[in-house]
Amino acid sequence: MTISIDPQKANNESLQPKGWLRYFSFSLDHKVIGIQYLVCGFLFYLIGGTLASAIRIELASPISDFMPRDVYNQVLTLHGTIMIFLWIVPVVNGAFGNYLIPFYVGARDMAFPRLNAVAFWLIPPSGLMLVASYFVEGAAQAGWTAYPPLSITTPQSGQIIWILSVLLLGGSSIFGGINFIATIIKLRRPGLKLMQLPMYCWAMLGTSLLVVLSTPVLAGTLILLSFDIIANTGFFNPVLGGNVVVYQHLFWFYSHPAVYIMVLPAFGLVSEILPVHARKPLFGYTTMVFSIMGIVVLGLVVWAHHMFTSGTPPWMRLFFTIATAFIAVPTGIKFFNWVATLWGGKISINSAILFSCGFIINFVFGGITGVALAQVPFDIHVHDTYFVVAHFHYIVYGGTVFIIFSSIYHWFPKVTGKMLNEKLGILHFIITFIGFNLCFAPQHWLGLNGMPRRVAEYDPQFQFVNQISSLGALLMAISTIPFLINVFISVINGKDAGDNPWNALTPEWLTSSPPPVENWEGEAPLVEEPYGYGKEISEQK
Amino acid sequence: MLNKNIYLILIISFVFAISFWIGFNVNLLPAEASINAPIYDELFKILFIIGLIIFIGMTIAVVYSLFKFRKRNDQIGDGIALEGNLSLEIVWTIIPSIIVLFIGLYSYNIYDRMGGMKELNHNHDMMTSNTEKIWAGISQTSDNEIAINNLSIEVSAMQFAFLFNYPKGNFISGELHVPVDQKVSMKMESKDVIHAFWVPEFRIKQDIIPGQPTILNFTPTKIGKYPIICAELCGPYHGGMRASIIVEEESDYNEWFNKNKKPEVNL
Repeated sequence: MTISIDPQKANNESLQPKGWLRYFSFSLDHKVIGIQYLVCGFLFYLIGGTLASAIRIELASPISDFMPRDVYNQVLTLHGTIMIFLWIVPVVNGAFGNYLIPFYVGARDMAFPRLNAVAFWLIPPSGLMLVASYFVEGAAQAGWTAYPPLSITTPQSGQIIWILSVLLLGGSSIFGGINFIATIIKLRRPGLKLMQLPMYCWAMLGTSLLVVLSTPVLAGTLILLSFDIIANTGFFNPVLGGNVVVYQHLFWFYSHPAVYIMVLPAFGLVSEILPVHARKPLFGYTTMVFSIMGIVVLGLVVWAHHMFTSGTPPWMRLFFTIATAFIAVPTGIKFFNWVATLWGGKISINSAILFSCGFIINFVFGGITGVALAQVPFDIHVHDTYFVVAHFHYIVYGGTVFIIFSSIYHWFPKVTGKMLNEKLGILHFIITFIGFNLCFAPQHWLGLNGMPRRVAEYDPQFQFVNQISSLGALLMAISTIPFLINVFISVINGKDAGDNPWNALTPEWLTSSPPPVENWEGEAPLVEEPYGYGKEISEQK
Repeated sequence: MLNKNIYLILIISFVFAISFWIGFNVNLLPAEASINAPIYDELFKILFIIGLIIFIGMTIAVVYSLFKFRKRNDQIGDGIALEGNLSLEIVWTIIPSIIVLFIGLYSYNIYDRMGGMKELNHNHDMMTSNTEKIWAGISQTSDNEIAINNLSIEVSAMQFAFLFNYPKGNFISGELHVPVDQKVSMKMESKDVIHAFWVPEFRIKQDIIPGQPTILNFTPTKIGKYPIICAELCGPYHGGMRASIIVEEESDYNEWFNKNKKPEVNL
């Protein structure tokens, strides 16, 4: 019993424009919406990256000399908010989820195409509003965490616009989450079992559960915070008897799962990319599924590890230490399985596989510092320092952003029918990998030795290491150039890709590239073994 | 097969050897200047070595796979159709679980040795508190209880400074002076937003929260001048919100204390 959706009919009804203009329309086609998410997210990535460069320029010298101190705080707040809510979350969930999930479940579109379009079109206005708040009275300057009482006492207009913008983006995220759950559970092609789905579906199912369970808590918290700012209520304002630590509990109840909302889809995407280019089945499918669900459950009960210095009681610290450290077990299983997937394969060395392997190395490093940070006595020294900054950039940039690039190299031929240039792609990987590690590895040392995060000025003894880090940031900025050139050249004049240049077995490749509006000319194919590489030789059925 | 196993054992021993060598020879931490610091550094060293073994091992596995199993030009077809291996899955579930459990229990032990697991303010008597092991957290004591000992200090944090009140001497200082090898008890409160008291050389940090006094106890062990750094974003001048802690001989400390001491005002 599935609900049938006919996007062509819906498109005709609303007189959808054709050609490139459809990317600027309220399109109901999941593939168009996926590309809208990706391009919109990438534009915000360029803005967020420019802000990051400004931060690294300021930190190249120990005194505050590049921009005024309050502007610096606005820049770091916007950088964090844009990168999380306008780049990583919309792209790994919205962009790849919308493009791939209907193919993977054998559907012609998402379960709720109109809700899907609404979810996307909430993003550009709220993003622009956030950026524009800088030009009103200055943007929010309390960090992306917006801890009261600082967020209550800094200029109000910026903070209120920040709250409105994050509320809209959270709403968009919830709409997307509901849509993914409904599509994966209800729109599966008849005959397709849950345990035959490609791994990205499981990752998106887990992620969407986290989105739907935890984002409303953030929304409620931010509404209470806005009352404190505009209506002088005292939920979190200590002057009126409020409790600032309660805000931190509520905030991190969303914002720790948010880390999994950013990395679980990346875990799914890498599980699609590795088997194709290694020509081997995904190793340990069942344990991969259970480890995703394990991460979802554990991810909901670890939030207070962000608050070890805030004054949580000792028993609570112990519980959150053990729970947090145990996330390393299901995560570790996934990494061992990916290496086992590579082992014994016939690996084509290309940009997609290099970015995926870069992801494995970076994320293992970030995961190890993460287990260390979960230990209360360890965390107390490095909490709120550059050690933490380095750790989470290893997770979200070295992890997720590497996978976003890997996925672009992998699915570009699907979306456009053209190949990306491999030489430029490998150049992009090399500069990104070196620049990233040069930028963030030295920051661990800075944090251990006494440099707190979110500062515009620091002890002059840290200048040399900060300059190395800024040099790495420069390389990261430069690495975008070969990528952009590659995309523009390949869209216009790329080598023809054919329908299935990688000889992949997952369902999105079993149609033409780019795919027709209804995804398949006829019936959706039943793919029972999306990772059945090597089967035709080794198995005689 | 035997040959293969020998190589594997050689590689694993190499990974362990290099991790232990780096762990014992590379120092990434600042000077140790409190009784917490050597305990912290012991934990750091263990975590650093375990982390290095895993990281170097995984990196070698990935790079080796990319090199060894790369597709040669003359090759066609797929790799082996290996879909999983239950005993391997069990091995790499159980071994990490044991490592994580070990790290968790070990860090619990470290935290206990630092005094963190003791229920705060339990049987709280500051006169005999030099032997008591309370550490940090939200305070539940009343004001008069804390201001008995000479080394009970009240810290006020505000945008963008720390002020240290010595109730026994009835004076306020912008610099924190403490004698070496004696336990210092601080009660901290913020006048405006959240700040944090961090001394990297002591490996301690505690948020200073408006509306909820927090406490922090430490024992400095090394004479010198160390930075006190605010670690919680508190406004435009957050990066400049620093003070100094001066750890000195007891006689020097007493001299400084008596010089600043003001007669108590009797009401």
